[in-house]
Amino acid sequence: MPRLLTLTLNGRARSDAVADNLLLLDYLREKLGLTGTKTGCDGGECGACTVLIDDRPVLSCLTLAASCEGRRIDTVEALSADGKLNAVQRGFHEKLGAQCGYCTPGLVMASEGLLRRDPDPDEAAIREALASNICRCTGYVKIIEAVRHAARLRAEAAAP
Amino acid sequence: MEALPEFALARPRTIAELAAARAAHPDAGLLGGGTDLMVNIRRGIVAPKVLIETKGVAALRTIAAAESGFEIGASATLVEIAEHAELRRHFPGVAEAAQSIAGPTQRIMGTLGGNLCLDTRCIYYNQSQWWRAANDHCLKTTGTMCHVAPKSRGVCFATYSGDLAPALMALGAKVELLGPAGQRRLDLAALYIGESRHDGKGKGDGKNFLGLLPGEIVLRVRVEDRGGWRSGYDKMRIRRSIEYPVAGVAVALKREGDALAGLGIAVTGTNPRPVLLEGTEALLGRAPDAAGFAKLDDLVRDQIMAMKTTFTQGFYRRRVAGVLARRLVERLWNI
Repeated sequence: MPRLLTLTLNGRARSDAVADNLLLLDYLREKLGLTGTKTGCDGGECGACTVLIDDRPVLSCLTLAASCEGRRIDTVEALSADGKLNAVQRGFHEKLGAQCGYCTPGLVMASEGLLRRDPDPDEAAIREALASNICRCTGYVKIIEAVRHAARLRAEAAAP
Repeated sequence: MEALPEFALARPRTIAELAAARAAHPDAGLLGGGTDLMVNIRRGIVAPKVLIETKGVAALRTIAAAESGFEIGASATLVEIAEHAELRRHFPGVAEAAQSIAGPTQRIMGTLGGNLCLDTRCIYYNQSQWWRAANDHCLKTTGTMCHVAPKSRGVCFATYSGDLAPALMALGAKVELLGPAGQRRLDLAALYIGESRHDGKGKGDGKNFLGLLPGEIVLRVRVEDRGGWRSGYDKMRIRRSIEYPVAGVAVALKREGDALAGLGIAVTGTNPRPVLLEGTEALLGRAPDAAGFAKLDDLVRDQIMAMKTTFTQGFYRRRVAGVLARRLVERLWNI
């Protein structure tokens, strides 16, 4: 049965009629056309579908849209502004943190969630925070460099 | 878009609303973080007509000091349990167990109640619809035969792999349940009935592994600080995140001078239930020495039943469980 879902998506309030059995992933991709969030394993094992709910990473392939009533959701589409990549996206771009790119939106969102919580994580904290995301290309070394670089870019941008 | 089966979602906000929803729909799926249940729905393994979301019940999200211990609500998330400084100080084994579950994103989503009631797993069960159909469905779903033990006469051997249950059981935790007949409290160990005896005379099995009465729900767990107990949790996995255990062991022990004064050990990932080892009092009254560790290894090997429910061989899981138990006792003894 459809219900009215009201939430804040990428900084904007919106309301949509959603079915109880609609996944957040399908709501984003199929209903709203926000295809930056990727469908990977469909089983909560790969992290490609990671989005932020109230700033914390969540797997949208296992979350019902109807459960997000009143929550604040950020997808990878929210990160760039005025045509400019944000710090995490620049970090992945400049340090070659993406290869085939399929896992990248999920890893970017998990990293964004980490930096919003811990602006200066050490390598162990980065490894720990990204342990729910699988990348089959990079071997992770470049991704960790990318997140460290992103933390520096954020700090520079925040400096007076 | 691969549509999910039709179901209605109930979103109770209070314990009374939750209990009413559960009483009205005893066959409903209880949805915590969804990291177990939603996967099984997506794979066509289960198809409840009603899902009751438990995370919206604020009264069940608390972790609070109570009397001489802690009360953890069923909707507290795994990351909240892992990062609760006071809880970790009193019961490091519980925090270590929470921290060891899946990966960081799953821990943000998952709940205590979901982890305690985690469905049992088997290589013949946790597969896609087409895989299971091609192999003839097993008896935990719609089939008539256990593919792990074809001669089991209706007994299922799917493996329980939750991490918080053993950690809490080793500390003697109690669980509080609410059902149509009211509230009751029992030893957490008594919640798990998956004995899976080969003669079919056990209380429960891998399919029927929770001792919940119809319409009953887990409200919270209470763990008492009995003074002077140390606790820890360790598990082995093939991969260190997003992976189920080869074996997991929780130990709680009390050291008095040069003698063991108390010892609780629980093992997960091997049987259709978390196993609270019987007979550990044989190690008390002296320091854990070679003879004590040999006895401990015997207890582990005798009481766990690692069948071919995972890709790791049973004999290896049995050996790993024994080694983890010994290492953990040594570590806690020498703190």
